Amino acid sequence: MQKITREQLIQKASELLENGTVSAVLGWGIGEFDYDVTPTVFSTVEELRNGFVFNDFCGANFSKYLVKKTDKIEGKILVFLKPCDTYSFNQLLTEHRFDREKVYAVGIPCEGMADIAKVKAISGDGIAAIGSNGDKLTVTTLYADEPVVIAANDVLAERCINCKSKKHVAYDELMGEEGEVIESNRFDEVARLEAMTADERFAFWQNELSRCIRCNACRDACPACTCEKCVFDNPNSGVENKSPANEFEEKLFHIIRAYHVAGRCTDCGECSRVCPQNIPLHLLNRKFIKDMNDFYGEYQAGAEVGSRAPLVDYTTEDLEPGEVFDRRENNA
Amino acid sequence: MNNINDTLIPKIGVITDVRIDTPDIKTFRVVTPDGKKAFDHKPGQCAMLSVPGVGEAMFSITSSPTNEEFMEFSIKKCGCVTDWLHQAEPGQQITIRGPYGKPFPVDDVFAGKDLLFIAGGVGLAPLRSVINYCRHYRDRYGKIDIVYGSRSKDDLLDYKEIIEEWATDDGVNVHLTIDNPQEGWDGHVGFVPTYVKELGFDTNKVAVLCGPPIMIKFTLDGLCEIGFDKTNVYTTLELRMKCGVGKCGRCNVGAKYVCKDGPVFRCDELEELPSEY
Amino acid sequence: MRKCSLEKINLLFKEIAKNAELYLPQDQTDGSAAYKKWEEGSVWSNALNTVRSPKDFFFPQTEDLMAFKTEGKNIEVIDTRKALDDFVIFGVRACDVKSFDILDRVFLSEPVDSFYALRRSHGVIISLACSKPSETCFCKTFGINPAEPTGDISAWKTETDIFFESNTQKGKELLEKLSALTEECDDTAVVDQKAKIDAIMQKLPLKDLKTDAFGGGKTGELFNAPEWDELSEACLGCGTCTFVCPTCQCYDIKDFNTGNGVIRFRCWDSCMYSDFTKMAHGNNRLTQKERFRQRFMHKLVYYPENNDGLFSCVGCGRCLVKCPISMNIVKVMKKIGGKKGE
Repeated sequence: MQKITREQLIQKASELLENGTVSAVLGWGIGEFDYDVTPTVFSTVEELRNGFVFNDFCGANFSKYLVKKTDKIEGKILVFLKPCDTYSFNQLLTEHRFDREKVYAVGIPCEGMADIAKVKAISGDGIAAIGSNGDKLTVTTLYADEPVVIAANDVLAERCINCKSKKHVAYDELMGEEGEVIESNRFDEVARLEAMTADERFAFWQNELSRCIRCNACRDACPACTCEKCVFDNPNSGVENKSPANEFEEKLFHIIRAYHVAGRCTDCGECSRVCPQNIPLHLLNRKFIKDMNDFYGEYQAGAEVGSRAPLVDYTTEDLEPGEVFDRRENNA
Repeated sequence: MNNINDTLIPKIGVITDVRIDTPDIKTFRVVTPDGKKAFDHKPGQCAMLSVPGVGEAMFSITSSPTNEEFMEFSIKKCGCVTDWLHQAEPGQQITIRGPYGKPFPVDDVFAGKDLLFIAGGVGLAPLRSVINYCRHYRDRYGKIDIVYGSRSKDDLLDYKEIIEEWATDDGVNVHLTIDNPQEGWDGHVGFVPTYVKELGFDTNKVAVLCGPPIMIKFTLDGLCEIGFDKTNVYTTLELRMKCGVGKCGRCNVGAKYVCKDGPVFRCDELEELPSEY
Repeated sequence: MRKCSLEKINLLFKEIAKNAELYLPQDQTDGSAAYKKWEEGSVWSNALNTVRSPKDFFFPQTEDLMAFKTEGKNIEVIDTRKALDDFVIFGVRACDVKSFDILDRVFLSEPVDSFYALRRSHGVIISLACSKPSETCFCKTFGINPAEPTGDISAWKTETDIFFESNTQKGKELLEKLSALTEECDDTAVVDQKAKIDAIMQKLPLKDLKTDAFGGGKTGELFNAPEWDELSEACLGCGTCTFVCPTCQCYDIKDFNTGNGVIRFRCWDSCMYSDFTKMAHGNNRLTQKERFRQRFMHKLVYYPENNDGLFSCVGCGRCLVKCPISMNIVKVMKKIGGKKGE
């Protein structure tokens, strides 16, 4: 259950619209059910009252939308940012992807978002309604006689279980209390993969990536993937493809993408959230983050605007490539 | 499985002649390896040509169906496949499949009528087929007017054929124009749409337009101004195509597939389509 | 009607697999289901449906069309089509069975697509009634009854048994081969289940979704609707909806140089992709709004216009579940259809 309510957010957005601070609001639009929210631009208080929603399923990271929306809108746009979203926000500013002056960022607290697939795994399919109360979700289904009560913690999205920070690193205004950077266990799964033999690890990724349908949702949702023209969409690149010519190529797509966002990926987890085939793509990125931390010292992309990622910042203390190689040998 | 034909599986074509028409247009003569025409077609129809490993693309068949020996394609250099073709030499094999699309209604609607062909740039390529068809069956049609314009004299396609054959035919009037004055050019200078209005044709005829979208738009407006009805004006559309038979979905506009329901459209039919072409 | 105890279901699968490759929904490591080939030890999934639709069986995501060998200026076209054995797809839901009709009208219309036709002629479909539809189901909107799935053989699963009825000669022949493992029975249990499904259908949240605002001839009315802006606003332009959709059938044809010749293959494509209509000299759909609109106009207006009013959607709900931003055909129909869509 979120500490901040829909009503509070609507009130804040209405104030800012009415006093002219912003001309539009980027928020979550109500869906058909209680969980299928759509990122939506609201322009009036009436639209907010009719269509704005905030609940445990508002996972979408809005930062990337600012690249296009700030271009289109006169005046400022209000964006609600959860702590993890603020890292992407800063990273995009570091890369000069949108005009900071055109955004009014309101930081909102987040108690972690729910994964509807996990909810359904417990409640069963045929969801009629999802209510939220304290740290419990009450799920009414078409098939169970009684509503099913689920602990919110049991259905947290993977990225929220491993939340790295409740602290907002960017905002114009903060609602609720500021949180702290968290010592998360997010690298545990990476360590588990590192502990595998090369063959085991290959089999793991083979199994996961075999489900890929090359829909590009991971890339299209990724706040670090904001190239105006992606190499994979360019027929002249020689690597453009909608679907793999062979199995190997599929793996290549994800690995190339992971390399491309290395040092810029804030570990927001959108790639895995949007994957229709539940491929844990964030683990590729997390492995790179972990390695960079190990090799070059702790670095969190997006923690501040203008910071230089280790891969694009030479220092005389940098690890020698040979040592990187040796460590890899020890790992394998 | 070799006994089941599939339209996606092409035949081999051999380029037997390459003619340089303009700085960026070449005309390719294509036959099968045993020296025959790959298939019969009607004026306005297209064929898929491909270079394995490079790609496949749709081209209008420039030669007339009455040519029983070979097919010709006038191709402007503007992409992977066309770049490759432009460096090809006679003897080079390519693949060919077709014919695709709806032809011009030469045997019914056009029959007995005066015809006005208007083309710009490489837009003459698809019209050359129908013009030569109508010249071949000269007695089936009334007066023929051809308005053709290009950027410069050097950019006029089939110039020799136009001057030596078309312009010398009885009842065929050729009106050439280029965009800007040029040394050695004593013909008309100006854009096609304006020239058409200046020429001021009587409206009791069928008009056929082909060229860049902007030329088509302004020429069509001009024709309507001088009294043409859109039901008597035909044009061709060009969109990205892959299969050629209305299945891959790429050239779908409204309920039509340009590869199958076009490329020839009557201008009033186009008005029914959403403006996405 | 014939029935088989669920206790013997694996024997039944084994019997089917003796004569033909058998594919059925099986759980994957991520918890979702996918059609997989049955082998000794395979477990039939309890999932309502698979993430990928069974269109893969007839229209795979990638398939080779032909190969080329080039030598100097010469080209040889190599027909790579292979003879195919019969295969059985088990557990296809009513919505997905209907999707084959929609695909047939594209691929089997003249000129027939031989690649699709070959697969289609060798596939035997055993459908399965849905005893527990999801809130995302709206097949009824498109005239599909989940209690009466079609296909070569229709099946109904109860707590204890599975019931079969053949609908085609192919189905009849297959069922005869299974006679040792099935027994003749009356339809009491099936009639009972159909009634239960009917009752559930009355409770589904999308039960009142109507197609009245859509259909052939509505292009002029709907194409310029102002709602397209808002609906497409958050669209990421990914291909998830297209690729999980059982009726989306757009494809691309590409050449792949193996270093030892060229393979021409086709692969699924999506009208949502920015390069779908890109040509050497331009693109007729430059914005995501135009591409988004094309997908829905095609399903709800253009396809029915060319196919006797049949819509190119079966209400399976996959796009509702999988769209990263939860935008989907239901929201489009309600918004664009206005009151008519309610």
